Amino acid sequence: MMPAAVETFERSLENLPVTFERVKSGAFQSAVESCIDPPAVGVPLPFDEVSLEESPVTLDPTSEDILEARTGVTPGGPSIAEYGTIVVTSAFDGSGYTSLFPKTHVVVVAASEIVETIDDALKILVEEIDDGLTSAYLTTGPSATADMGAPVYGAHGPESLHVIILGDC
Amino acid sequence: MSTEGSGDRDNDKAARIRRLLETTGSTVGETVRPFNEGRYRRYEEMQETEAYRTAAREIKADAIERLPELLEQVEEVVTENGGTVYVADDAADARHYIRGVLEEENAESVVKGKSMTTEEIKLNDDLKSTGVDVWETDLAEFVLQIAEDEPSHIASPAVHKSREEIASLFNNHFDLEDPLHTAEELTAFAREQLTDHILGADVGITGANFVTADTGTLALVTNEGNARKSLTVPDTHIAVAGVEKIVPSITDLSPFFNLIGPAGAGQDITAYLSLLTPPLDEPVVHFDRPNEEAFDGSSDKRSFHLVLVDNGRFEMRNDEELRETLYCIRCGACANSCANFQQVGGHAFGGETYSGGIATGWEAGVHGADSVAEFNDLCTGCSRCVEACPVNIDIPWINTVVRDRLNHGADPSAFDHLVSGLMPDDESTGLDRSKRLFGNFETLATLGSLTAPLSNHVVNFDPARTVLERVAGIDSRRDLPRFRRETLVDWFDAREPARIEDPIREAILYPDIYTNYVHVERGKAAVRVLEALRVRVRVPEVSSSGRAPLSQGMIETTREHAESVSTELEGHLEASRDVVVIEPSDLAMFRGEYERFLSADAFEQLSEHSYELFEYIFGLLESDTGTGIETLAGPSEECAMGAPASPDLAYHSHCQQRTLDLEAYTIAVLERLGYDVITSDVECCGMAGSFGYKSEFYELSMAVGENLKEQFIADETTDRTVVASGTSCLEQLDSLLERSSTHPIQVIDPGS
Ligand code: SF4
Repeated sequence: MMPAAVETFERSLENLPVTFERVKSGAFQSAVESCIDPPAVGVPLPFDEVSLEESPVTLDPTSEDILEARTGVTPGGPSIAEYGTIVVTSAFDGSGYTSLFPKTHVVVVAASEIVETIDDALKILVEEIDDGLTSAYLTTGPSATADMGAPVYGAHGPESLHVIILGDC
Repeated sequence: MSTEGSGDRDNDKAARIRRLLETTGSTVGETVRPFNEGRYRRYEEMQETEAYRTAAREIKADAIERLPELLEQVEEVVTENGGTVYVADDAADARHYIRGVLEEENAESVVKGKSMTTEEIKLNDDLKSTGVDVWETDLAEFVLQIAEDEPSHIASPAVHKSREEIASLFNNHFDLEDPLHTAEELTAFAREQLTDHILGADVGITGANFVTADTGTLALVTNEGNARKSLTVPDTHIAVAGVEKIVPSITDLSPFFNLIGPAGAGQDITAYLSLLTPPLDEPVVHFDRPNEEAFDGSSDKRSFHLVLVDNGRFEMRNDEELRETLYCIRCGACANSCANFQQVGGHAFGGETYSGGIATGWEAGVHGADSVAEFNDLCTGCSRCVEACPVNIDIPWINTVVRDRLNHGADPSAFDHLVSGLMPDDESTGLDRSKRLFGNFETLATLGSLTAPLSNHVVNFDPARTVLERVAGIDSRRDLPRFRRETLVDWFDAREPARIEDPIREAILYPDIYTNYVHVERGKAAVRVLEALRVRVRVPEVSSSGRAPLSQGMIETTREHAESVSTELEGHLEASRDVVVIEPSDLAMFRGEYERFLSADAFEQLSEHSYELFEYIFGLLESDTGTGIETLAGPSEECAMGAPASPDLAYHSHCQQRTLDLEAYTIAVLERLGYDVITSDVECCGMAGSFGYKSEFYELSMAVGENLKEQFIADETTDRTVVASGTSCLEQLDSLLERSSTHPIQVIDPGS
């Protein structure tokens, strides 16, 4: 049985303009492939069981690749169940750019790293920041604006967000 | 005489308000009302709302208390991280420093994230004057930049711009062959433009919603992602923030993160909550070299400057009354929940930089009280923003204090002979004539009553109205209160005392000015209802609460009223008598503002033993000994006024009554008696005490009332009897609706 936080997380995602799926690591490859709109750029995943090596994703992109990519794949840190928030932590790997420039952002999170509240996530992040993490983006849904007279997704950041939850990680 | 000058100013003000009502006003309302409704929804839905608000306030209060120490901590940790901190004394100092950084970097172009503090220090004009290309990347700010317009809201700066307007702005400005129409097209176009600017920029300038002293982390709250791009693409980042943005630690951010989305725009949470501890490790990508590996690890050095702006904030911190302003997280909820703001937006309800209810505190603190004089009167003290504010700032009080200071700063040579002989206040002699007149309403009422009905004929006589309008700014389109010769106190003293065997309580019915001198029937009804419920009632002579002078910013006069009321009621309170109050705005004084005027004991005594009329009736009906409900008039019975037009009711609660959470009692009592009640959900009727009487605000007041009117002429309400709890609300309803309205106590009054 899945812990309660995962279920709350999924319920929150259902209420957001995002798509998501929960997969076992064995099914990861096909899951990620099916949600990529090429060309795609990506950041290597930190999970033991899965990787992007075999996927149609450029892992060492050029500047131009970043601008041309239609999809960016990154890992996510501690996700927040209450809001369906994913956290992109970024350093030299370029997760910040990869999660922001392409039209679609695919984020891969581990079910075991889902926490209940913002407070829980901040407690984890403060330790990472103490250890030198300089960027953490708590992200809920795609980039949005209502400044042009009606709600629009894809203001400066991605227009769509797809969350892959690794059920056994 | 300076009254002429102020008359001109009032005319300008009136003209500006009228113009905004006719032009952008409806767009502002259409934009911010859903924000406000969303805030209600989410505050209701979150179980921890109150806990978060309490925590948020405590964190801010503590941070401002410890500001010097936290500021030092930020300087140390940011420097240790590899950044530079500059504490700017004032706007010029901040601009000078930022210019220096740009020169050092040979910067030709800057991209900016939204930052009200850079508006405050007027950074853009300064940079442009040195030849730097500056682009606002927040879409709303971008629109304003193109339109050469000013923000109309502190959190959503373009609330006054409709989609159609933005479309024609873009189509004309960029001379587009294929005109843009939809919000999607406009967004995509702006994004494309701005991406080019961002990729070519030398420096990114952003604000910061919070700065944490433990790690030197900036927290940015955004939806679009433009700030993220603006601060990672260029290799130099300057963050500009007021010193009050410092909080002790990252974990302190959690109540704010939970509240700021709901408070600002009724969003559960904003799309991005970014925690940045610069200089960032994120690689600098050279977009001008397309084939270069983007993240090659050869970390170009990033540079980071944190400019913390004082510009009056430390003085605000030492100012007991303005200090709370520094707790403000600039979410915009006070603007969204404000009935007047909804009509005119920040271009009327705002100063040089800031807008909405809290603007008074900010403007007085950073630009000086003069910047406030133009708009401060737009706060009517309705208090609806207080429960909206995520840090629970007493925004109306800040408005009152600044109004008081403006009154005292008024030119003392402008001694006003016309009014001063009549008015017994000790306020500064330069005080605006209409303010004095309204502030001393009790004196007027006494005179009016002594000379009634003659006084009513005189003041409602056309030439007299013209004079009143000219000398005191009272709009001649309003009906003036008709003073009654026999006051409630007179009536009570003269009547045969009621014999209440075995009373369950003893109570003082507080004879507020309106009930005592004008709406005497309402007071009589209250006496009869309470007696029917076996309460032994007294109606002694008691001073007026001071609400009238308070609303004019006459703090000393208000203090005198508070002290008199407290002294006059002391004996009754000691004898365990309850104080029952009909007028919600007076009860709000007893439970709220009096805390600032009375000793702690005296305040507690009075506030704990005073009740709103229906709150009290509800308590009587709920208590074990409660009997007598059968004697009150239900929907099928005649009440003292005769049968109501319809047994079904449309009820408008009073703004301050709602802030005190007292609306439910009236509804509960009426329903218990069998009435069917539909309630309005507008924030304010628009009358707000004396506000709607003033010529310069008449149109605004009526425009605010329009929302209430619509609710009460809708299909499901149009045949209902209209009831309302506040005197002003009843006056406003009378001018808005063709049918008359009444206080709910009169509907249930069984008669003698
Ligand atoms: S005063 Fe309160 S409600 Fe108004 S902007 Fe500041 S934090 Fe928000």
